[in-house]
Amino acid sequence: MPDLGKYADTVILAYIVSFVFLIGLTVLTWLQSRRAKRILSAEEARNGK
Amino acid sequence: MSLWEYANPVKFMGLSSRLIPTLSVLTVLCLVIGILWGFFGTPDDYKQGSTVKIIFLHVPSALMAINAWLMMLVASLVWLIRRHHVSALAAKAAAPIGITMTLIALGTGAIWGKPMWGTYWAWDPRLTSFMILFVFYLGYMALWSAIEDSDTAADLTSILCMIGSVFALLSRYAVNFWNQGLHQGASLSLDKEQHVDDTYFYPLILCMAGFILLFVLLVLVRTRTEIRLRRATALAARNR
Repeated sequence: MPDLGKYADTVILAYIVSFVFLIGLTVLTWLQSRRAKRILSAEEARNGK
Repeated sequence: MSLWEYANPVKFMGLSSRLIPTLSVLTVLCLVIGILWGFFGTPDDYKQGSTVKIIFLHVPSALMAINAWLMMLVASLVWLIRRHHVSALAAKAAAPIGITMTLIALGTGAIWGKPMWGTYWAWDPRLTSFMILFVFYLGYMALWSAIEDSDTAADLTSILCMIGSVFALLSRYAVNFWNQGLHQGASLSLDKEQHVDDTYFYPLILCMAGFILLFVLLVLVRTRTEIRLRRATALAARNR
Protein backbone atom coordinates (compact mmCIF):
# COMPACT_ATOMS: atom_id res chain seq x y z
CA MET A 1 0.00 0.00 0.00
CA PRO A 2 1.48 3.36 -1.01
CA ASP A 3 1.76 6.11 1.60
CA LEU A 4 -1.16 8.37 0.73
CA GLY A 5 -0.36 10.87 3.49
CA LYS A 6 -3.04 13.20 4.77
CA TYR A 7 -5.30 12.53 1.78
CA ALA A 8 -5.53 8.76 2.34
CA ASP A 9 -9.24 8.88 3.28
CA THR A 10 -10.08 11.00 0.23
CA VAL A 11 -8.26 8.77 -2.27
CA ILE A 12 -9.58 5.51 -0.80
CA LEU A 13 -13.14 6.85 -0.67
CA ALA A 14 -12.95 7.85 -4.37
CA TYR A 15 -11.72 4.37 -5.31
CA ILE A 16 -14.38 2.62 -3.19
CA VAL A 17 -17.20 4.75 -4.67
CA SER A 18 -15.97 4.04 -8.22
CA PHE A 19 -15.55 0.30 -7.65
CA VAL A 20 -19.01 0.02 -6.08
CA PHE A 21 -20.59 1.65 -9.14
CA LEU A 22 -18.49 -0.27 -11.70
CA ILE A 23 -18.92 -3.68 -10.05
CA GLY A 24 -22.61 -2.96 -9.38
CA LEU A 25 -23.23 -2.07 -13.03
CA THR A 26 -21.35 -5.16 -14.27
CA VAL A 27 -23.18 -7.53 -11.90
CA LEU A 28 -26.55 -5.96 -12.74
CA THR A 29 -25.83 -6.29 -16.47
CA TRP A 30 -24.91 -9.95 -16.02
CA LEU A 31 -28.02 -10.71 -13.92
CA GLN A 32 -30.32 -8.96 -16.41
CA SER A 33 -28.69 -10.90 -19.25
CA ARG A 34 -29.30 -14.21 -17.47
CA ARG A 35 -32.89 -13.25 -16.73
CA ALA A 36 -33.53 -12.31 -20.39
CA LYS A 37 -32.06 -15.65 -21.55
CA ARG A 38 -34.36 -17.50 -19.12
CA ILE A 39 -37.46 -15.57 -20.23
CA LEU A 40 -36.70 -16.12 -23.94
CA SER A 41 -36.02 -19.84 -23.41
CA ALA A 42 -39.36 -20.20 -21.61
CA GLU A 43 -41.22 -18.38 -24.40
CA GLU A 44 -39.50 -20.43 -27.10
CA ALA A 45 -40.36 -23.63 -25.23
CA ARG A 46 -44.02 -22.55 -25.09
CA ASN A 47 -43.89 -21.93 -28.83
CA GLY A 48 -42.31 -25.32 -29.43
CA LYS A 49 -39.07 -23.93 -30.91
CA MET B 1 -20.18 -6.75 -46.65
CA SER B 2 -22.04 -3.65 -45.47
CA LEU B 3 -22.01 -2.37 -41.90
CA TRP B 4 -25.81 -2.20 -42.05
CA GLU B 5 -26.00 -6.00 -42.16
CA TYR B 6 -25.21 -5.96 -38.44
CA ALA B 7 -28.45 -4.08 -37.89
CA ASN B 8 -30.01 -7.50 -38.41
CA PRO B 9 -30.54 -8.89 -34.84
CA VAL B 10 -29.42 -12.41 -35.83
CA LYS B 11 -26.17 -11.12 -37.35
CA PHE B 12 -25.64 -8.79 -34.39
CA MET B 13 -26.10 -11.66 -31.91
CA GLY B 14 -23.62 -13.80 -33.85
CA LEU B 15 -20.95 -11.11 -34.11
CA SER B 16 -21.34 -9.93 -30.51
CA SER B 17 -21.11 -13.47 -29.10
CA ARG B 18 -17.77 -13.84 -30.89
CA LEU B 19 -16.49 -10.44 -29.68
CA ILE B 20 -17.52 -10.64 -26.02
CA PRO B 21 -14.89 -13.15 -24.77
CA THR B 22 -11.97 -11.24 -26.31
CA LEU B 23 -13.37 -7.88 -25.19
CA SER B 24 -13.82 -9.20 -21.63
CA VAL B 25 -10.16 -10.26 -21.41
CA LEU B 26 -8.90 -6.96 -22.87
CA THR B 27 -11.15 -4.93 -20.56
CA VAL B 28 -9.96 -6.72 -17.43
CA LEU B 29 -6.31 -6.45 -18.51
CA CYS B 30 -6.48 -2.73 -19.26
CA LEU B 31 -8.45 -1.87 -16.12
CA VAL B 32 -6.41 -4.00 -13.72
CA ILE B 33 -3.00 -2.95 -15.09
CA GLY B 34 -4.02 0.70 -15.52
CA ILE B 35 -5.56 1.11 -12.07
CA LEU B 36 -2.81 -0.81 -10.26
CA TRP B 37 -0.13 1.15 -12.14
CA GLY B 38 -1.89 4.42 -11.38
CA PHE B 39 -2.51 3.65 -7.72
CA PHE B 40 0.76 1.95 -6.78
CA GLY B 41 3.21 3.08 -9.45
CA THR B 42 2.81 6.85 -9.59
CA PRO B 43 4.27 9.43 -7.19
CA ASP B 44 2.34 12.15 -5.36
CA ASP B 45 1.87 15.42 -7.23
CA TYR B 46 3.80 18.38 -5.80
CA LYS B 47 0.58 20.41 -5.48
CA GLN B 48 -2.22 17.89 -5.11
CA GLY B 49 -0.41 15.23 -3.11
CA SER B 50 -1.84 11.71 -3.35
CA THR B 51 -5.25 12.98 -4.53
CA VAL B 52 -3.79 13.00 -8.05
CA LYS B 53 -4.41 9.23 -8.06
CA ILE B 54 -8.14 9.97 -8.37
CA ILE B 55 -7.42 11.08 -11.96
CA PHE B 56 -7.25 7.41 -13.05
CA LEU B 57 -10.97 7.00 -12.31
CA HIS B 58 -12.29 10.54 -12.65
CA VAL B 59 -11.03 11.36 -16.15
CA PRO B 60 -11.95 8.01 -17.81
CA SER B 61 -15.43 8.04 -16.27
CA ALA B 62 -16.01 11.67 -17.34
CA LEU B 63 -14.80 10.77 -20.84
CA MET B 64 -17.28 7.91 -21.05
CA ALA B 65 -20.14 9.91 -19.49
CA ILE B 66 -19.95 12.30 -22.45
CA ASN B 67 -19.09 9.78 -25.14
CA ALA B 68 -21.82 7.34 -24.08
CA TRP B 69 -24.33 10.09 -24.80
CA LEU B 70 -22.69 10.82 -28.15
CA MET B 71 -22.85 7.10 -29.02
CA MET B 72 -26.54 7.20 -28.06
CA LEU B 73 -26.95 10.20 -30.37
CA VAL B 74 -25.42 8.32 -33.33
CA ALA B 75 -27.55 5.24 -32.60
CA SER B 76 -30.66 7.42 -32.24
CA LEU B 77 -29.99 9.13 -35.57
CA VAL B 78 -29.56 5.72 -37.22
CA TRP B 79 -32.92 4.72 -35.74
CA LEU B 80 -34.67 7.90 -36.90
CA ILE B 81 -33.20 7.77 -40.41
CA ARG B 82 -32.97 4.04 -41.16
CA ARG B 83 -35.36 2.50 -38.59
CA HIS B 84 -32.94 -0.24 -37.51
CA HIS B 85 -34.25 -1.67 -34.24
CA VAL B 86 -30.82 -2.81 -33.04
CA SER B 87 -29.58 0.79 -33.07
CA ALA B 88 -32.54 1.96 -30.95
CA LEU B 89 -31.94 -0.91 -28.52
CA ALA B 90 -28.19 -0.12 -28.41
CA ALA B 91 -28.98 3.49 -27.46
CA LYS B 92 -31.32 2.24 -24.74
CA ALA B 93 -28.65 -0.22 -23.54
CA ALA B 94 -26.00 2.51 -23.31
CA ALA B 95 -28.00 4.84 -21.04
CA PRO B 96 -27.53 2.96 -17.71
CA ILE B 97 -23.79 2.73 -18.44
CA GLY B 98 -23.62 6.43 -19.25
CA ILE B 99 -25.47 7.44 -16.10
CA THR B 100 -23.16 5.25 -13.99
CA MET B 101 -20.13 6.90 -15.57
CA THR B 102 -21.66 10.32 -14.90
CA LEU B 103 -22.24 9.39 -11.24
CA ILE B 104 -18.63 8.17 -10.89
CA ALA B 105 -17.33 11.38 -12.48
CA LEU B 106 -19.52 13.56 -10.25
CA GLY B 107 -18.75 11.48 -7.12
CA THR B 108 -14.99 11.29 -7.56
CA GLY B 109 -14.96 14.95 -8.63
CA ALA B 110 -16.76 16.00 -5.45
CA ILE B 111 -14.47 13.88 -3.27
CA TRP B 112 -11.40 15.32 -5.06
CA GLY B 113 -12.81 18.85 -4.94
CA LYS B 114 -13.13 19.01 -1.15
CA PRO B 115 -9.40 19.00 -0.30
CA MET B 116 -8.36 20.90 -3.47
CA TRP B 117 -11.07 23.55 -3.77
CA GLY B 118 -12.40 23.49 -0.20
CA THR B 119 -15.86 22.41 -1.36
CA TYR B 120 -17.61 19.32 -2.67
CA TRP B 121 -19.66 21.28 -5.15
CA ALA B 122 -19.63 24.61 -6.97
CA TRP B 123 -21.87 25.92 -9.73
CA ASP B 124 -18.91 25.79 -12.06
CA PRO B 125 -19.68 25.53 -15.83
CA ARG B 126 -18.30 22.00 -16.19
CA LEU B 127 -19.83 20.68 -12.97
CA THR B 128 -23.18 22.25 -13.76
CA SER B 129 -23.28 20.92 -17.33
CA PHE B 130 -22.40 17.46 -15.99
CA MET B 131 -25.26 17.69 -13.49
CA ILE B 132 -27.62 18.63 -16.34
CA LEU B 133 -26.27 15.70 -18.37
CA PHE B 134 -27.07 13.42 -15.40
CA VAL B 135 -30.65 14.74 -15.35
CA PHE B 136 -30.91 14.09 -19.10
CA TYR B 137 -29.78 10.49 -18.58
CA LEU B 138 -32.46 10.09 -15.90
CA GLY B 139 -35.09 11.59 -18.19
CA TYR B 140 -34.00 9.42 -21.10
CA MET B 141 -34.26 6.21 -19.04
CA ALA B 142 -37.57 7.29 -17.51
CA LEU B 143 -39.00 8.00 -20.97
CA TRP B 144 -38.03 4.52 -22.23
CA SER B 145 -39.74 2.99 -19.17
CA ALA B 146 -42.85 5.16 -19.40
CA ILE B 147 -43.89 4.29 -22.97
CA GLU B 148 -45.22 0.84 -23.71
CA ASP B 149 -44.86 0.87 -27.50
CA SER B 150 -41.15 0.40 -28.14
CA ASP B 151 -41.09 2.19 -31.51
CA THR B 152 -42.79 5.27 -30.05
CA ALA B 153 -40.39 5.13 -27.10
CA ALA B 154 -37.45 4.92 -29.49
CA ASP B 155 -38.74 7.92 -31.48
CA LEU B 156 -39.27 10.12 -28.43
CA THR B 157 -36.05 9.15 -26.67
CA SER B 158 -34.14 9.82 -29.92
CA ILE B 159 -35.47 13.37 -29.95
CA LEU B 160 -34.60 13.78 -26.26
CA CYS B 161 -31.14 12.43 -27.03
CA MET B 162 -30.60 15.08 -29.72
CA ILE B 163 -31.58 17.85 -27.30
CA GLY B 164 -29.36 16.41 -24.55
CA SER B 165 -26.41 16.29 -26.92
CA VAL B 166 -26.06 20.04 -26.51
CA PHE B 167 -25.29 19.47 -22.83
CA ALA B 168 -23.04 16.49 -23.54
CA LEU B 169 -20.93 18.71 -25.80
CA LEU B 170 -21.19 21.57 -23.33
CA SER B 171 -19.82 19.25 -20.60
CA ARG B 172 -16.78 18.67 -22.78
CA TYR B 173 -16.16 22.25 -23.83
CA ALA B 174 -17.67 24.22 -20.93
CA VAL B 175 -14.26 25.16 -19.53
CA ASN B 176 -13.31 26.62 -22.92
CA PHE B 177 -16.49 28.71 -23.20
CA TRP B 178 -16.47 30.13 -19.67
CA ASN B 179 -13.15 30.64 -18.03
CA GLN B 180 -14.35 31.60 -14.58
CA GLY B 181 -14.97 28.12 -13.15
CA LEU B 182 -13.01 26.16 -10.55
CA HIS B 183 -12.50 23.19 -12.83
CA GLN B 184 -9.22 23.00 -14.72
CA GLY B 185 -8.95 22.65 -18.48
CA ALA B 186 -8.48 19.37 -20.35
CA SER B 187 -6.08 16.93 -18.63
CA LEU B 188 -4.88 15.64 -21.98
CA SER B 189 -3.82 18.36 -24.36
CA LEU B 190 -1.49 18.68 -27.32
CA ASP B 191 -0.10 21.78 -25.61
CA LYS B 192 2.99 20.63 -23.67
CA GLU B 193 2.44 23.36 -21.05
CA GLN B 194 -1.01 22.02 -20.14
CA HIS B 195 -0.41 18.34 -20.68
CA VAL B 196 -0.38 15.96 -17.72
CA ASP B 197 3.12 14.61 -16.94
CA ASP B 198 4.14 11.35 -18.66
CA THR B 199 4.36 9.63 -15.24
CA TYR B 200 0.56 9.91 -15.03
CA PHE B 201 -0.15 9.95 -18.76
CA TYR B 202 0.62 6.31 -19.58
CA PRO B 203 -1.41 4.67 -16.79
CA LEU B 204 -4.17 7.20 -17.51
CA ILE B 205 -4.28 6.17 -21.18
CA LEU B 206 -4.50 2.53 -20.09
CA CYS B 207 -7.38 3.33 -17.70
CA MET B 208 -9.16 5.28 -20.44
CA ALA B 209 -8.76 2.33 -22.81
CA GLY B 210 -10.14 0.07 -20.06
CA PHE B 211 -13.20 2.28 -19.56
CA ILE B 212 -13.83 2.48 -23.32
CA LEU B 213 -13.57 -1.31 -23.63
CA LEU B 214 -15.82 -1.78 -20.58
CA PHE B 215 -18.38 0.52 -22.17
CA VAL B 216 -18.32 -1.37 -25.49
CA LEU B 217 -18.51 -4.72 -23.70
CA LEU B 218 -21.44 -3.69 -21.51
CA VAL B 219 -23.28 -2.10 -24.46
CA LEU B 220 -22.96 -5.36 -26.41
CA VAL B 221 -24.19 -7.48 -23.48
CA ARG B 222 -27.05 -5.09 -22.67
CA THR B 223 -28.10 -4.81 -26.33
CA ARG B 224 -28.21 -8.61 -26.53
CA THR B 225 -30.42 -8.56 -23.41
CA GLU B 226 -32.76 -6.02 -25.02
CA ILE B 227 -32.95 -8.08 -28.23
CA ARG B 228 -33.81 -11.22 -26.25
CA LEU B 229 -36.49 -9.42 -24.24
CA ARG B 230 -37.98 -7.95 -27.42
CA ARG B 231 -38.09 -11.39 -29.03
CA ALA B 232 -39.65 -12.89 -25.88
CA THR B 233 -42.30 -10.14 -25.85
CA ALA B 234 -43.10 -10.83 -29.52
CA LEU B 235 -43.46 -14.57 -28.84
CA ALA B 236 -45.65 -13.92 -25.79
CA ALA B 237 -47.88 -11.62 -27.87
CA ARG B 238 -48.24 -14.33 -30.51
CA ASN B 239 -49.44 -16.77 -27.82
CA ARG B 240 -52.13 -14.43 -26.50
